This record gives sequence, C-alpha cells and structure tokens, in this order.
Amino acid sequence: MRKTLRRTSRRRCSYARVFAALGDETRLTLVAKLAKGQPSSISQLTEGSQLTRQAITKHLRVLEDARIVRSVRAGRESRFAFDPEPIAEVKDYLDFVSEQWDETLARLKSFVES
Amino acid sequence: MSDRIEKRIELKAPLSRVWRALTDYREFGEWFRVKLDGPFVLGEVSRGQMTHPGYEHVKWEAVVEKMEPQRLFSFTWPHPKSHEKADYPPDYSKEPSTLVEFRLEKTANGTVLTVTESGFDKLPADRRLEAFRRNEGGWAEQIKNVEAYLAKNS
Repeated sequence: MRKTLRRTSRRRCSYARVFAALGDETRLTLVAKLAKGQPSSISQLTEGSQLTRQAITKHLRVLEDARIVRSVRAGRESRFAFDPEPIAEVKDYLDFVSEQWDETLARLKSFVES
Repeated sequence: MSDRIEKRIELKAPLSRVWRALTDYREFGEWFRVKLDGPFVLGEVSRGQMTHPGYEHVKWEAVVEKMEPQRLFSFTWPHPKSHEKADYPPDYSKEPSTLVEFRLEKTANGTVLTVTESGFDKLPADRRLEAFRRNEGGWAEQIKNVEAYLAKNS
C-alpha cells in the first residue's frame, strides 16, 4: 500500500459501476462513438443502429450514472459527451491493486523462504 | 482475460509450508499484516484489524470460500477503492466484493503460487474489447490503457 491513488480518483466515480457500465457491447459501441469526437444527440447515436431510441437512451443513462458520459444542452436538444476520467481511474486502480499484491506476495515469499 | 488480477510466484518452500502460511491465521497475519481474531473457518466470516503501517484503522473482514488442503484457499472480501484514513469507512454498498484465490502447485524446487483477484465487475471481457476495437478504432487513450493492462495480465 506504499503508493496512494491519485487524489482525483476519490472524487465520485464508483469503480464497480464503471466496470458494470463497460460490460455491455452496445454501451461500448456508444462509448467508442462518443470518444471519437463531438458530443452527439440521441438521434445521431440511434442512426445506423438496430436499436430504438428508447433502448439507446437507457444505455446512455447507465453510462451517465457511471460518469463515462455526460449530457450537455445544445439549444433545445441534449447531447452526450464522453468523459475519459472514470476509465482512466479504473486503470489506475487496477495498477494500484496489482502493485499491492506484488508487495504482499514479496512478504509471503520472504516469510516462507526464511 | 477479464476482470481479474493474476499473479504467479515461485516459492522455494515445500507445499505444506506454504499452505500453512496461507491458512494458519497467525502466519497469514504475519505477512499479510493483519491481526486476525481467530482461525479461518470454511464458510465463516474472518475478522481482524490491519497492522500494515498507515492502515491500522482498516478492519479486515472476509468470508472463507474454499479450503482444499494443499491446493486452494479462497475468500471474498469487500474491496473499496480507497483505504485512506480520510475516506474511512467506505460505503461498502457501492463497492465490489472480490474473490481472492490462492492456488498451489508442487514443483521440483518448491511451490508455485497463483493468486487471482476477480469480480471488480464488470470489467469488459476480451471479446467485448474486441468488439469495441472492431467497431470504430476510435479508442480514447484511456481505453487503450485498460486494454493494455488486461493484455498484460491475461
């Protein structure tokens, strides 16, 4: 536990929620579209998809709850924008847990080998 | 590989020695840096207090899932994202419970220990990452990092 997580990672995002949000192909597709560029409207995101507007909206809400996506007003319309921060935090977190295990197992090693 | 961390380590000690270090609560406490209230009992909650410097405020709580002598020891525990004093206690209802498994194999020189921690849930499984890549190729840098991490640990 030598290294501490970045301060920003405490803020608000729930890792479990980020993991859960990414565990769905439709949502990954939406994230991929949004990560590529401009904030998009539900209509734009529904275009070329087999899914209904309602279904897309539901998936966007899940992404929004995980803070991977946020909605921004553009005139009368809501658009959805990608926020890279939660996914970056997840990556940091896994690195951190991984390092903790390295340290713990190094202690086990000297414990049983001594 | 998906929502898991996997570590493999070679120990120059006999299997029985490693098994004891894992499952005897006092020995476990030595290297894991936790003071446990009592022995590990299959299916029961193990409680204690961390002794790791800087983390003495953290309670240890885990449920012993499997104890297959000389082969497999596993438990589940809540894995909050931060154990820092300022954030303690965390809201466990919002944090995943992960499964930690210690698997042992005898080798010519000692023992190989494989530790996995899984259930951070639901990190995208590889096929999903694959689908994602196929889809656009427009990954954000951060997503690439997750992927690289997963690949490294698969």
